[in-house]
Amino acid sequence: MSELSQDKKRSMVAPPKLLFESGSAGRSAVDWPAEGGKVEDSIPAHLLRQDGISDFPELGELEVLRHFTGLSQRNFSIESQFYPLGSCTMKYNPKINEAVARFPGFAQLHPMAAPEYLQGALALLFELEQMLAEISGMEHVSLQPSAGAQGELTGLMLIRAYLAERGDPRKNIIVPDTAHGTNPASSTLCGYDVIQISSNDKGVIDAAAVEKVMDADVAAIMITNPNTLGLFETNIEAIAQVVHAKGGMVYLDGANLNALMGIAKPGHMGVDVLHMNLHKTFSTPHGGGGPGAGPVGVKAQLRDYLPVPRIVKSGENFVLDENCPKSVGRVRSFLGNFGVLLRAYTYILSLGGDGLENASRMALLNANYIRTKLEKSYQLAYNQPCMHECILTDRIQHKNGVSTLDIAKRLLDYGYHPPTIYFPLVVSGALMIEPTETETPETLDGFCDAMLAIAQEAKDDPELVKSAPHSTPVSRLDEARAARKPVLRWEASPAKAGSDD
Amino acid sequence: MRYTPHTVADQERMLRAIGCASLDDLYRHVPQSLRERAAIALPAGLTELEVRRRLSALGARNVSAADWSFFLGGGIYHHFIPSAVDATISRAEFSTSYTPYQPEVSQGTLQALFEYQTLICQLTGMEVSNAAVYDGASAVAEAVLMARRIQPVKKRRVLISRALHPQYRAVVATYLKNLEDVQLEEIPFDLASGATDVEQLKRQLNDQTMCVVVGYPNFFGVIEDLAPMRAACDGVGAQLISVTSEPLALALLKPPGEFGADIAVGEGQSLGVPMSLGGPAFGFFACQKKFVRNIPGRLVGETVDGEGRRGFVLTLATREQHIRREKATSNICTSQTLCALAATVYMALLGKSGLRRIAEINVARAHDARAKLISQANCSPLFTGPFFNEFVLRSTNVPELFAKCATEKILPGIALAQWYPELPDSFLTCVTEMNPPEEIDRLVRTVAR
Repeated sequence: MSELSQDKKRSMVAPPKLLFESGSAGRSAVDWPAEGGKVEDSIPAHLLRQDGISDFPELGELEVLRHFTGLSQRNFSIESQFYPLGSCTMKYNPKINEAVARFPGFAQLHPMAAPEYLQGALALLFELEQMLAEISGMEHVSLQPSAGAQGELTGLMLIRAYLAERGDPRKNIIVPDTAHGTNPASSTLCGYDVIQISSNDKGVIDAAAVEKVMDADVAAIMITNPNTLGLFETNIEAIAQVVHAKGGMVYLDGANLNALMGIAKPGHMGVDVLHMNLHKTFSTPHGGGGPGAGPVGVKAQLRDYLPVPRIVKSGENFVLDENCPKSVGRVRSFLGNFGVLLRAYTYILSLGGDGLENASRMALLNANYIRTKLEKSYQLAYNQPCMHECILTDRIQHKNGVSTLDIAKRLLDYGYHPPTIYFPLVVSGALMIEPTETETPETLDGFCDAMLAIAQEAKDDPELVKSAPHSTPVSRLDEARAARKPVLRWEASPAKAGSDD
Repeated sequence: MRYTPHTVADQERMLRAIGCASLDDLYRHVPQSLRERAAIALPAGLTELEVRRRLSALGARNVSAADWSFFLGGGIYHHFIPSAVDATISRAEFSTSYTPYQPEVSQGTLQALFEYQTLICQLTGMEVSNAAVYDGASAVAEAVLMARRIQPVKKRRVLISRALHPQYRAVVATYLKNLEDVQLEEIPFDLASGATDVEQLKRQLNDQTMCVVVGYPNFFGVIEDLAPMRAACDGVGAQLISVTSEPLALALLKPPGEFGADIAVGEGQSLGVPMSLGGPAFGFFACQKKFVRNIPGRLVGETVDGEGRRGFVLTLATREQHIRREKATSNICTSQTLCALAATVYMALLGKSGLRRIAEINVARAHDARAKLISQANCSPLFTGPFFNEFVLRSTNVPELFAKCATEKILPGIALAQWYPELPDSFLTCVTEMNPPEEIDRLVRTVAR
């Protein structure tokens, strides 16, 4: 198909309007009858709006549904496309999890009801804590944190509280250069300074590199295993010894736990505290960027510092304990992201211990299969077996002026969501591919064929790749313009349109 | 293994291609000392039918609003959710996509979030909204941290109303604990009105005050008058942070932006998200435009593509952790997008007139219930302040009142003694459109008994 006809195809579909650009005054999709007196009789006028909410939508039910159905069709998603976004674990999100989360016995529970009315939910959460402890090799788990980053912050707070009680919270956290950006950001939020260390030429951390910076001012090291290069940190036990010897603690970022189930337990690696991303390893839907859940697991010495409330079994019943004097306190409202926790619990029940181990093994099989099929056409960041994800680079394609971004955009034309790109930062032009275990080898073959075809295109017709995507509803968007003069909301009059100078 | 499609033949073919003899061979570089102890001692997996039955049984051990009459608020509200909301967020294109890093194939999520940001601005009367944070409590904590980024270093006193949701106050305290420059102080509430004590606030304010944090409505359901607080804050250059855990109220109330709030945050669950034991829902976060580069979390902005077509992207990412690392405005990288989408659909369906109508019904029924509980059921009013859909009452024996209601499958409210030892005989009752008049009468009859 020529460029021209592709452009025509794209422009045939009218771009969707915004909610605020459709509808008609007085239209609504609800028809509750009026009742009661005037609001002014109950609430003083100076506390009330003068008019209705200006420019708020006025639409009918079908209008609204058609609007959002139309929007949905402008998304790639796991159920419509292969989505090998590295370090995000875009595995299949089972339908039974969704069905269960909608049972009235879960969806219609109020967190302020007395625990006696929530025994099923509390039993489930208590059991989930134990399951996650067993999978990770930790001793105690709190399900409170809302997401991985909040889990990190919570974990660091535990460390700080523990060390502070021993007289000195210390000043620094060691973070490898391959870490997720949340690690240093969480450290700062917890009042720590960051010491960055580099990985070696094999892509892993040497104990000697840690020893060089480890001193009595270091509270902890945050280590991701497998790391964001998809490599197992083979020296982690020695690193833990170095850190422990000087009174520090080991924090494990469990973002990549999907590589470890039944293969190695963080609790055996010398890890004192970790977080787990239930929206990754435990199959809860990513939802376009949340909600997730980031439980923390700890060894016994940190138990008393875990956030409140704690779920405690008392005889046959479960109660909530808020009276934990050493606790870091509350990190969010109520009982965590229960609907997410419930889905993860359902997933663990569905797979069982053996099924979880199988999931990790198939995740490794799929990642290594892709690595093997692509390693001749794309330069590997590190030429060694990977765990659940592999990192390619654009080094070969760059000779023809084709970058990782171009490769990613061209993949869209082939109907695949691109891998994570330009991360980790230590790899120039990184393409981080995490297929997950739920993909068939046929899908992987199709994806690899597309990657190989793009590698060929980069040689034969680099412009084709550099001007991609050609088939998506919009072409490359002007991100610089969006940041230079931010328009962050719709407004009725263009004269008022938000700009920030 | 129903979620892993690999047959034995598939596995063999793939292992051959990789050059591994066995699956174990794939991770031979993992130390033996770890591998040999890694087996997971959990029972074997269950069939889908077994899972469904197990979960049904667990669900049946809970008391849900499908079976009992709930008069519970306190930060999570029982509201009607049109079927079109769940139908929309159940679409896999929304639920199984991720953070829209590739905007060309994420325009659905991005446009919906742009619409969400606009709706939150309209509802709060603020100029800018982010794409949501975890929950109401973390939204307050992030707001205080944002004030700390904006205000000069000599301003580090945070005044927080004791009438703000106690769990929000607890989370703010947790977030601030390790930032040693910040001092947290409580502003008492007025025992007569249930509103924040403005005279006391004025005495507490000084030129070191960074911000004042107040509930709107507050935890007792009382609608605070933000005008005198705004004026008092202006006198010393303190920021005013308004916190709303029942955003449906904003369909009727003067929005925080009109009072001149610097930052307006809250819990969004009321707007189309199931109660689900308090999570997941989302925290909304809005502020004045001049603070936009200090805002935490995701922001969606409008732009154009190569051919000039309108499109949307994540923007101002240089605030965020994946770029700025330890210098980021926040460590957050979640926007609770699916919950924010639910709220967007909910607000679109109800629209201008529907949202107002539902809010009016809440006001009418709550005021009716309060009047009847006082006149017919021996409850006494505690506070005189105006309220939206929840209110505090006193009774000589709250545990007995609750027990009596339980026999009729009614949860009449939340006892306040746990958080407010100074209010031992008091409980917070919430009435929404989910409590029809006959249910209110049943509550009144039962309490009167």
